[in-house]
Amino acid sequence: MRFMSRLFSRRPKSDIGLLDYHRRLWLQVTVALTLIFLYAPILTLMAFSFNDSKRNIVWRGFTLKYYEKAAGNAELMEAFLNSLTIAFVSTIMSVILGALTAYVLWRFRFPGRTIFEGITALPVVIPEICMGVALMVFFARTGFNTGTWIWPFNLSAITIAHIAFSFPFAAIVIRARLESFNRELAESAKDLGASEFQVFRDIIVPHMKPGLIAGALLAFTLSLDDFVITFFTSGPNTLTFPVKIYSMVRFSVTPEVNAASTILIIITVIITALALRLQNRNNMLQAG
Amino acid sequence: MTSDSTSKTPIIEIRNVTKIYGSDVKAVDNVSLEVNRGEFFALLGPSGCGKTTLLRMLAGFETPTEGAVIIDGQNMGDVQANRRPVNMVFQSYAVFPHMSVAQNVGYGLKIDRVPRKEINKRVEEALDLVKLGGLGNRMPDELSGGQRQRVALARALVKRPSVLLLDEPLSALDAKLREAMQLELVRLQKTVGITFVIVTHDQAEALSMANRIAVMEAGVVRQVAGPNELYEHPTSRFVADFIGQINMFEGTASTAGDGKVKVGTSAFNEAVLSGTATGKVAIAVRPEKVSISRDKPSDTGTIAARGRMTDIAYYGGFSNVFVDIGADTPVLAEVSNSGRNVGPGYTQGEEVWVSFKPENTLLFDH
Repeated sequence: MRFMSRLFSRRPKSDIGLLDYHRRLWLQVTVALTLIFLYAPILTLMAFSFNDSKRNIVWRGFTLKYYEKAAGNAELMEAFLNSLTIAFVSTIMSVILGALTAYVLWRFRFPGRTIFEGITALPVVIPEICMGVALMVFFARTGFNTGTWIWPFNLSAITIAHIAFSFPFAAIVIRARLESFNRELAESAKDLGASEFQVFRDIIVPHMKPGLIAGALLAFTLSLDDFVITFFTSGPNTLTFPVKIYSMVRFSVTPEVNAASTILIIITVIITALALRLQNRNNMLQAG
Repeated sequence: MTSDSTSKTPIIEIRNVTKIYGSDVKAVDNVSLEVNRGEFFALLGPSGCGKTTLLRMLAGFETPTEGAVIIDGQNMGDVQANRRPVNMVFQSYAVFPHMSVAQNVGYGLKIDRVPRKEINKRVEEALDLVKLGGLGNRMPDELSGGQRQRVALARALVKRPSVLLLDEPLSALDAKLREAMQLELVRLQKTVGITFVIVTHDQAEALSMANRIAVMEAGVVRQVAGPNELYEHPTSRFVADFIGQINMFEGTASTAGDGKVKVGTSAFNEAVLSGTATGKVAIAVRPEKVSISRDKPSDTGTIAARGRMTDIAYYGGFSNVFVDIGADTPVLAEVSNSGRNVGPGYTQGEEVWVSFKPENTLLFDH
């Protein structure tokens, strides 16, 4: 009681309650600043994609012509299609590999398990630039020169690189989800006659689902906007969207770049929203 | 262990089973048991006594380090959990959260490739059996704990196993519901006629439900007997102490001939009891067999001592009365509150006599 009374007597004159921290000015300012630095650049970028001017400085009126121009830019469109293709394939493979890795690490005890787990997580911490260079050297040395192959197989090297760095992320997310699994559920299914595979398919995979969705989302966005590793593993015929934008920016930041970026942002947001909705529905089903 | 008069073979035989974890942790130590067909059998013991390990070896989730498990005449040595003629109700119920009640109950039949039509019929029967008729379309998160338990029961019973294993099935329920479920499990067992093996740490649960009980301690089976036999004639101090409450008075015994011994204790008059133990012994008596009176009991042979009533614990229907007779621990007497008074009508601090009949005592040697 004495502690409480001291606490109250030391309180400022204001009538802000102990847990009403959101009413404190310094907190409001911090939140406002954070939001400004986070979103103001993005919103500006989106707004100026509609600017009727060659330069990105002064507002000259609304136009959609840079979207038309971007759509008419064959190279940009090809890069865009490349990026989506790579992201699609890489996501599916990453989730499958990630799920299997997570399952093995969770289900079995075997010698060297900890080391194996550490090695799998390595691509998450290794600097991208190192991995990019390493993969470039690897593909060059092994003669795995896919750049000249027919589309979409000319993207093989990039896709493999993307799978290599994104499946550990998926594995980590799915592994975390598996931690909450009640092993009695698996035993119970086995008790009812299910084989190891049936237990996996009927009981464990449904439990993993939110992790699979989160892992897929992670893998997709990682792949879609990856620049560094892609830059090192792509050739002149296999431009991806971020790499293409980089080359366009080197000349000047035109509203065309803004338009292309806006579309990329919108696609990412839509996919994230869809995945979150799917996950929420799943969580609601599994609650309790 | 004798099988019943119809000379049926036991449904479960556990032969010299030992389970060692790691290199030296003996969870189950050379246990041999037989469970008869149609019996309600309980494995009872404090936590960590190996009862759950034993049950999991019956289900096939653990393999015995030594010994054999025989179910329905078949050695289970190489039989995986999913091929055994037993089904289990888990402590957490383990109801599949992403399946409806009907899908949960039908899962085992679906795995067995039973035709769709028959699955539906049997699921409905099983749900009716556990009083969940009409709830087949519910999802598990829409059910109460008690209802989920019934789903787990129906899911195991629908496969018509030879033995139903239950791992602490009632521990997660509140007291009222637990009592109701105890009665219902007994009713269910009689209806379906399947052998039930239940694991519990709750002695009241085991006494009220089981036909026979195996009391375990530190991986060893101490005694296997019916509830009444176990309560009234425990063969060891551990069992006497673990089942219900009991007063123990240390003393020395000497032979009195004719299968009787004379036992002297510090507080009571010399008692003549049937038994053979001599030397250091202990007389044990259950609290409800101890009487309290103001005057010295006159019956010859009655074992009595005078003391001061120190505490009265009121439980509504009965009271526990503690009387200090100068022994190490006070005497505990359970007094039925047949009137509306609190306790036996004596006040705290009053001098009273505690007494009990020799035939109601147990004699343990050291």
